Amino acid sequence: MKVSVTVNGNPVTADVPDRTLLAHFVREQAGLTATNVGCDTSSCGACTVLLDGQSVKSCTVLAAQADGRAVTTVEGLASVDGELHPVQQAFRAEHGLQCGFCTPGMVMAAVSLLAENPSPTEEEVRLGLEGNLCRCTGYHNIVRAILAASKEQVS
Amino acid sequence: MIPAAFSYQRAGSVDEALALAADGGDDAKFLAGGHSLLPLMKLRLAVPEVLIDIGRLSELSYVRADNGAIAVGALTSYHDLARASLLARELPLLAEAASQVGDPQVRHRGTIGGSLAHADPAADLPAVVLALDAVLVARGPSGERQIAAADFFQGLFESALEPGELLTEIRIPRPAAAGWSFQKFTKRAIDWAIVGVAVQDRRVALVNMGQQPVRASAVEQALASGAAPRDAAVFAAEGTSPPDDLNGDARYRAHLARVLTARALDEAASRG
Repeated sequence: MKVSVTVNGNPVTADVPDRTLLAHFVREQAGLTATNVGCDTSSCGACTVLLDGQSVKSCTVLAAQADGRAVTTVEGLASVDGELHPVQQAFRAEHGLQCGFCTPGMVMAAVSLLAENPSPTEEEVRLGLEGNLCRCTGYHNIVRAILAASKEQVS
Repeated sequence: MIPAAFSYQRAGSVDEALALAADGGDDAKFLAGGHSLLPLMKLRLAVPEVLIDIGRLSELSYVRADNGAIAVGALTSYHDLARASLLARELPLLAEAASQVGDPQVRHRGTIGGSLAHADPAADLPAVVLALDAVLVARGPSGERQIAAADFFQGLFESALEPGELLTEIRIPRPAAAGWSFQKFTKRAIDWAIVGVAVQDRRVALVNMGQQPVRASAVEQALASGAAPRDAAVFAAEGTSPPDDLNGDARYRAHLARVLTARALDEAASRG
């Protein structure tokens, strides 16, 4: 079927099989490969993107379900002149990553969390990351980064 | 990992969804948030030939007061249930249970109607609607009918919905008293409950203690005859047939059911 999705502000239209997953649409049709497919079973959260502003696991959403809607991937966060989003800056400053595989999903989950709750407690950040697995960092620096970003955004 | 090939159809109204389902017959399934169905399709545990996407029927997404009951549209997401102020005031059990399903991403997509129609005994909301004594409203080719939650869950992934019938609304009587509790035991935050317990007004329902969500009727009878919560909770596993799986065997689940029921009854009493 013909699917049209606005990805990071740009319209992307493609004729894809009905069973195409949003993760694959983003990677193969939009050509944006930062969104990783990790577990493929909606457990790990590496494929997290925003669908109309809310975090979703794009391995468990059909491209057809996103037809006519807006998707934001981690490539869409930085400003046009290349300045990183506060959450991205905080992940760098706080060393919120090691291998980086989970990072695009972590960042998108964090952006969604802060949009709903701009000043979360550490507990709320940890609960907000329930859907994202990291196998390197033990989460501490990721949580620190998100708390730092929340202070940055509020101030 | 992608599902087997199917034909995707999108419904613009409930009537259109019913018409598409009638055309699709036994090979068609409704798709709401897709967070139960799509994972099963990837694993080939479900292989529908037609998916009817009802995800845009925004007229089925609401929480409102309605003649002494609270009406919840079947397409209301877990996220919206958890944040609904009417539920926070009148039905905190449903809001609290919804806030614990899966993870934030799952709660953005998953819907109460999808969870109930899927009838997974390990899911939380089926037991919650049992404890709330809800009535489920379904529309099908022969019109609308109401099904008591107690009659809705008929077996493993098996509900009272007829082929082509669509669950549209969940009607919940306003609780008589304030006492409620939801206890869920998991190994990881995002897991299904190994065992869960929902309590409202001395109705006790169990998650993952059999082929379908069940009321702990022996506990309820003990409470009705005046037993203290801790004494009633020892009957929690009576009449159940919990599964053995890698998260625990049946004996362990029976133990958990007793412990969690005691905690739930204590908490409900402290709120009542």
